Amino acid sequence: MVENRPFLTFLTHAFLILGFLVVALPVYVAITASTHDISTLMSGPVPLLPGSHFIENYSTILTSASAAHGLPNYSHMALNSLVMALVITAGKIAISILSAFAIVYFRFPFRQLAFWIIFVTLMLPVEVRIMPTYKIVADLGMLNSWAGLTVPLIASATATFLFRQFFMTVPDELLEAARVDGAGPLKFFRDILLPLSRTNIGALCVILFIYGWVQYLWPLLVTTDPGYYTLMMGMKRMVTVQDGVIEWHLVMAGSVLAMLPPILVVVFMQRLFIRGLTETEK
Amino acid sequence: MGGPYWGPAPIKVEDITMLKKLSMAAFAVALSATSSLAATEVTWWHAMGGELGKKLEEIAQKFNDSQADYKVVPVYKGSYPETLTAAIAAFRANQQPAIVQVFEVGTGTMMAAKGAVYPVYKLMADEGETFDPKTFLTPVTGYYSDTQGNILSLPFNSSTPIMYYNKDVFKKAGLDPEVAPKTWKEVEEFSKKIVSSGAAKCGFTSAWITWVQTENLSALHDKPFGTLQNGFGGVKSEFTFNGPLQVKHWANLKKWQDEGLFKYGGPVGGDQAATMFYAQECAITMNSSAGRAGVINNAKTFTPGFAPLPYYDDEIKEPKNSIIGGATLWVLNGKDKATYKGVAKFFSYLSKSEVQADWHQFTGYLPITNAAYDLGQKQGYYQKNPGSDIAIKQITRGTPSENSKGVRFGNFTQVRTIVDEEFQALLANKKDAKQALDSAAQRGNALLREFEAANSN
Amino acid sequence: MDTKRTTFNNRLLPYLLLAPQLAITLVFFIWPAAQAVKSSFEREDPFGFSTVFVGFTHYQRLLADPNYLDSLWRTAVFAVSVTVLAMVLGLAFAAAVDRLARSAKFYTTLLVWPYAVAPVVAGVLWWFLFNTSTGLLPYFLERFGIRWDHDLNGTHAMILIIIAAAWKQISYNFLFFLAGLQSVPQSLIEAAAIDGSGPVKRFFTISLPLLSPTTFFLFIINVNYTMFDTFPIVDATTGGGPAQATTTLVYKVYQDGYVGLNLGSSSAQSVLLMLIVMLLTFVQFRFVERRVQY
Repeated sequence: MVENRPFLTFLTHAFLILGFLVVALPVYVAITASTHDISTLMSGPVPLLPGSHFIENYSTILTSASAAHGLPNYSHMALNSLVMALVITAGKIAISILSAFAIVYFRFPFRQLAFWIIFVTLMLPVEVRIMPTYKIVADLGMLNSWAGLTVPLIASATATFLFRQFFMTVPDELLEAARVDGAGPLKFFRDILLPLSRTNIGALCVILFIYGWVQYLWPLLVTTDPGYYTLMMGMKRMVTVQDGVIEWHLVMAGSVLAMLPPILVVVFMQRLFIRGLTETEK
Repeated sequence: MGGPYWGPAPIKVEDITMLKKLSMAAFAVALSATSSLAATEVTWWHAMGGELGKKLEEIAQKFNDSQADYKVVPVYKGSYPETLTAAIAAFRANQQPAIVQVFEVGTGTMMAAKGAVYPVYKLMADEGETFDPKTFLTPVTGYYSDTQGNILSLPFNSSTPIMYYNKDVFKKAGLDPEVAPKTWKEVEEFSKKIVSSGAAKCGFTSAWITWVQTENLSALHDKPFGTLQNGFGGVKSEFTFNGPLQVKHWANLKKWQDEGLFKYGGPVGGDQAATMFYAQECAITMNSSAGRAGVINNAKTFTPGFAPLPYYDDEIKEPKNSIIGGATLWVLNGKDKATYKGVAKFFSYLSKSEVQADWHQFTGYLPITNAAYDLGQKQGYYQKNPGSDIAIKQITRGTPSENSKGVRFGNFTQVRTIVDEEFQALLANKKDAKQALDSAAQRGNALLREFEAANSN
Repeated sequence: MDTKRTTFNNRLLPYLLLAPQLAITLVFFIWPAAQAVKSSFEREDPFGFSTVFVGFTHYQRLLADPNYLDSLWRTAVFAVSVTVLAMVLGLAFAAAVDRLARSAKFYTTLLVWPYAVAPVVAGVLWWFLFNTSTGLLPYFLERFGIRWDHDLNGTHAMILIIIAAAWKQISYNFLFFLAGLQSVPQSLIEAAAIDGSGPVKRFFTISLPLLSPTTFFLFIINVNYTMFDTFPIVDATTGGGPAQATTTLVYKVYQDGYVGLNLGSSSAQSVLLMLIVMLLTFVQFRFVERRVQY
């Protein structure tokens, strides 16, 4: 710090704490709401202090609640979310690093074109091509399959760009040295580039895991078999109630649990997360 | 958990744990799984969540247990519009279910899609199952038949809106809890008493502004909703729901809202209406008769009362029958013969009076067949549960007219959205009742012309 | 576009390496997009039995439809509001955290996690908080004489989705601004301090101008985010209502296409949206390329 201004420092702390409280408000309310019973929630504004139904609500959501909405077990949906997030993460990283390697370390006809085709994916968010994409997935017989859930989401321009940018900073001497040693491209990739990319891969993992975990529209469209439902779909289903009352106490308990994994990843892998975020989007 | 009839799932955690815990039980499960492998699967997409969904799955399970050749697999696909669009998208991709539950506003869309639908009357005839339209309640068959009187889809869960009220609040406001308001004038008077006495914050609310306060309002007062017998006569129909009666009613709702007597429950089904009624914020609500199970479950701190929908006694002396909502089961083309055999068997099962009566009494949906209604009477169900036959009486009263037979229009899901939007514009002081309804009719007509064009290519 | 000075000489290998990415892109991106363009010129019944070429009809109707133009305008209002709100707060938090050397990491942790909350969950949370009969915020607002009613009041509904969407994006902006602030040369700040300018003045005269590339970059990213990634938020809160007050362009594509089954018009809207994204991406990429160079 340049100079010492205790009052300003105090103000800064106060501002940040206040800011945190405001930012955390909806989550705090979700947590308190998840510890009350439904009649308390229905009879007026949510109490600001936690209630006594914590164990009851959370055990209900983990056991019987989802069946009432035609959903599979909560843990089953959580596992599906996890598998989907992990497959997308692994898939995106794998195909992106290979593409970047090809684009940076080879000269070949149509290289520019390939780059632009990858680039174009940035311009076609899933929302704008929803019906035709659905049709194609169906034609390929990929509805209700892990492939249908994940493969169409695996193309990634941003991850490719990140690796491309990183490869550009790798000293050319490494390549020359490798060639002197007689290493082929795949050996060079495996023994030199891949280890060097470790941090970038880690950073991407964090970002892409979140990306995969929060997917909503796509799984909603391509799965009709409840065996493939993810948590995000489950939560939306639980607030879509016809001729009845939304079971807010359970919805909130479910939401709190569904938020937890990606939040924990961000909090505990903060350094990688920040790196992943600020590097990929550049 | 995990339900025995969800079909093959990618990961069955519960199965694994079960295997570990109870090898005997797991052995039994495995045995039953092998036996059901031989059965032909009949997929059934539905839109019944919560208690209704559980009951529906129970029915399917009972059918599956009753025979060994077919296995009906129900899949909950979310709300009615979600289920319909998912089925259409799936049809285009040749991944359609054998049976799909479509709500009444989708009827126009389904009827126009001749190549996609296997008409129920034809299916039953092809498969040699007895199927007599006369056994069904007249208003039900009237709504779901084509112009030749053939039933195209199997009525499953039909409902009609009724009035629910809070007897305790009525008492507190100094009203007789056994007397529900009969006319809109009484609704206004009662609401004033309720609000001014502080018994509740609002007099009444309503679910489904489109269905209850516009479509049913028109039917009850024998006023047309659209030309060509409310669209039954073909795709060239036009909306006429911007008539004087509807304008008067919407203007009243707006006035009552300003006076604090009426509270808006939100668009489409109006989720807030039920919430406000259960929270005793509003003393009266109008909603589908299928809301009955929910009302009884949720009205823990007060006694609910049931009554027919109110009407304007200066407009009509004897109100007509109310019209149908809810959904029917459509059979989609493109499946094999064995599947259709199973569908036919299942439909016969569904039409049995015991099955019907059970479903009707549990959910509050109408009994579809006369036999199911008779059975309920024989069982003394309606005496034991006062108010449970209000919907049936309301829908069967008098002789249906062209205006009370129902409504059938294409693109009707979107038309309802438009009507909701215009009603919101009215309540938000952006338009008066006449402007709002005129604009709704005009925008709706544009959609009808679009539908006509798309279906006459 | 650059490669390395030295490269490998294989003929086939680069194509093999690119194959998975290109295959997925062609099959699941390019082809469906081409389909969307094609069906934007056609009228089709929902089940796909008959298709008629109708030329630019859908485009003409859209551009003459006040509802579509309203939705265009609303999307712009939504995007700019979310962007400004999320960026101002992100910058304020970043500036504050940047002042605190020791507790910076602690506060960063407190502020970054909303990024990880799924949009649909964020929507559900804010919807619950603003719920007219059971929510906490309407209850407090009523004490200030404000009757909160997002079911009827379009402005309220818009505020609701703006808050929910901005909430998720603050942490993102915060991190970028913080990174930007931390790369401002300490010598510049010290020099200004010696000249007697206080922390606030230093922020506005030195840090902020140096942040302008970050700011511009974030602006584009935020607009892009608000336009496309907020679908689950709208879907879980207002459902586009009341009276289309929160129907954004993306939501309208979904409504008309997937719910309303008006495939032609929905496709035409998709195509218009693609043009908008292309424009945004172009601007962003031009900028990115420039940034990479220095």
